[in-house]
Amino acid sequence: MTSTPEKSLVVRCLQKILPAECVLHETEDLRPYECDGLSAYQRVPMVVVLPETVEQIKQILSFCTTRKIPVVARGAGTGLSGGALPLDDGILLSLAKFDRILKVNLDNLTAVVQPGVRNLAISEAVSAHGLYYAPDPSSQIACSIGGNVAENAGGVHCLKYGLTVHNIIKLEVLTMQGDSLTIGGDAFDSPGYDLLALMTGSEGLLGIITEITVRLLPKPETAKVILAAFDDVATAGQAVSNIIAGGILPAGLELMDHAAIGAADDFVNAGYPRDAAAILLCEIDGGTAEVTDQLSRARRVLERSGATQIQVAEDEQQRNKFWAGRKAAFPAVGRLAPDYYCMDGTIPRHQIAGVLTRISELSDEYGLPIVNVFHAGDGNLHPLILYDANIEGELEKTEELGGKILEVCVEVGGTITGEHGVGIEKINQMCVQFNAQELTQFHAIKRAFDPDELLNPGKAIPTLHRCAEFGAMHVHHGQLPHPELERF
Amino acid sequence: MPNDQDKTELLCEQVLHACNNSKPLAIRAGNSKRFYGREVEGEALLVDGHLGILSYEASELVITARAGTRLSEIEAVLEQNGQQLAFEPPMHSERSTLGGAIASGLSGPARAFNGAARDFVLGAKIINGRAELMQFGGQVMKNVAGYDVSRLMAGAQGTLGVLLEISLKVLPKPEAEMTLTYEADAITAHRWLRDWLHRGLPITASCHYQRRLSLRLGSTENSLRAAHKTMGGEIADSAIWPQLRDQTHTFFAQPNLWRLSLPPSAALENDEDSLIEWGGALRWKASNNKLFEKALRLNGHATRYQSNAAAAGTNPAQDIFQPLQPTVLAIHQRLKKAFDPLNILNPGRMYKEL
Repeated sequence: MTSTPEKSLVVRCLQKILPAECVLHETEDLRPYECDGLSAYQRVPMVVVLPETVEQIKQILSFCTTRKIPVVARGAGTGLSGGALPLDDGILLSLAKFDRILKVNLDNLTAVVQPGVRNLAISEAVSAHGLYYAPDPSSQIACSIGGNVAENAGGVHCLKYGLTVHNIIKLEVLTMQGDSLTIGGDAFDSPGYDLLALMTGSEGLLGIITEITVRLLPKPETAKVILAAFDDVATAGQAVSNIIAGGILPAGLELMDHAAIGAADDFVNAGYPRDAAAILLCEIDGGTAEVTDQLSRARRVLERSGATQIQVAEDEQQRNKFWAGRKAAFPAVGRLAPDYYCMDGTIPRHQIAGVLTRISELSDEYGLPIVNVFHAGDGNLHPLILYDANIEGELEKTEELGGKILEVCVEVGGTITGEHGVGIEKINQMCVQFNAQELTQFHAIKRAFDPDELLNPGKAIPTLHRCAEFGAMHVHHGQLPHPELERF
Repeated sequence: MPNDQDKTELLCEQVLHACNNSKPLAIRAGNSKRFYGREVEGEALLVDGHLGILSYEASELVITARAGTRLSEIEAVLEQNGQQLAFEPPMHSERSTLGGAIASGLSGPARAFNGAARDFVLGAKIINGRAELMQFGGQVMKNVAGYDVSRLMAGAQGTLGVLLEISLKVLPKPEAEMTLTYEADAITAHRWLRDWLHRGLPITASCHYQRRLSLRLGSTENSLRAAHKTMGGEIADSAIWPQLRDQTHTFFAQPNLWRLSLPPSAALENDEDSLIEWGGALRWKASNNKLFEKALRLNGHATRYQSNAAAAGTNPAQDIFQPLQPTVLAIHQRLKKAFDPLNILNPGRMYKEL
């Protein structure tokens, strides 16, 4: 937005609340905020504010409420679904200056942190006490805990240690009208509704989180990783089910397909079997005796499940190498094509083989290669679609293919997003996953917190109007191919 | 008794009827947790006939069942596959149901170590107060599409929706368990416990009562042997754990019982009459006085809690739960309105304002 009388007035008012350097309004200062981790969507906000105190946030919100100016909150800007995409007539509220760890409580194993604290910084701060914060999204070096709460972020250890919602106990929240809410508490439960669950993953639509109390866990005494190779992706998928059914709860259980193995191995020389159709990385952690027992059990299951090669990392160095390949998979795939698009669906585990086949068919149909890396233990897929944004129309084709993959996920009883959130990216697919009554219920929840709908409007929950338009674009009017199937 | 019965249509009709006549409904299944909340004036909406396990595959770690399914049936099916509801829902009677377990949100002795009922909810099908049938969440471990309405249902006591179907994450049972006991006062016992937990020992339940600390450990055989060597203590039988979970332990028979949920490290008193679970975070105490303020001072909350037979059915219209912050109560009221604008679903069950 160029300078208009309205904008000048807004800037002047915000400068009364904040020091001048905390109000950005010149186009060149606004540019860095035009997108988050989903760079395909860009929009320059009217103004960016960088408050330093909760009182300032309160005043900003009450000013915006009075003038009916929409507000989009932003943490580190690493989100992958465009949740922090600004509005050109709105204010972008950066929480970057709230970057302090306020308190570590070693008796209760909790830490009180501000929303702008980086995920990994929490574990680093408590490491000397033998503790860590469990959820570890791949972006943990950079992503902020406030954003993690907004997206209910996961990572590779969710199956055993849960998502963000399982690892936080208390939030301090400001509503758009400036009311302070304490949600959750220092005990293991709190009276009334579970607003903590509602806030977690609400993508900045319900309130501004100003403080978070996280749970800390003792670092496991030991962790061992098994690498198992398979000559067929479906066999690897079945092995995942066998491990879980065998009573083993791995700390991490990751699957990579042939293309991902090659790319990762080229990139970091992880020592992967390059001829395998798929590999599984299965990590077991805990006390030494328990890990030894579980490891031999997992090994037996993998042998029986048809693994062609099984390798237990001999030492920490080899273990780190195995994981380095997995963790570098995205940048590694980035070298295969000018651009890639990361999807994030979750499916029931027994559907892995069938869904991978469907993805491969869709890949052929669209003529776009797809590499598969995923959190197999959770059934959380991350198909990476390779494309070239410089080719006219290829991004649109890629997005359409991505949308098709998500619809397959819903069709087999899964969901359109496991951990990246809906944001702006998957808003149309929400119309596939939820019906009009359910979406209406979501909007009613939104209005219970934010009656004027000023917080991050247009994200996460589509309007019925938008769904009608989206449906009209489709041959089947947004209907799934198998309407008789239970989605639940 | 049949073990598969779909009453969805009938329940929808009943809610619609109540809507049209603005008549409140008192939602009920096994009725074993009647004591846990304020008395609801309304026509009974019986969910206990809506029953059956709809899907369960051990390799998915997920079970989906209708709300009226008895907990005992679910536990038996899981047991056959070496799995469990890891939050150990209390079964106050043989009639306790899945719907009641989730609506109350109560969890047993394992809660401090494995997580609470709400942590295991993956999806729910509900009828809201406009008689609309809706489903949220799903049957997968990770799902961030839309607000987490299914988890919100845990502990909402039916005031936001009638629970019809629930999907829960289940976990493998530990290969072996061991109960250890120690003679110690409450302060010493919890100092030890904190140290052991900090060291990651495989503790899955704790109880301190009358100078005796009981601990349950769950892991592999070798791991339990190693843990016992580290922790010492006498090996005891495991009878106490189901007694605590289902509150059939004699302690729970006394009148005027209060449940205090506090930060684990909240100051302990060495009084002989309290029973302490969850590594110090759950404290049971008989008191003639309201303990709301005391709990608040300790950064926790209190609940008036009468599960014993003598008190059942005589629940007066008094405050059961800790009063809410005014701003938080206001959000509760608006949320209630968002789900149940006519105020027909269990009105007043949790708070008179809801």
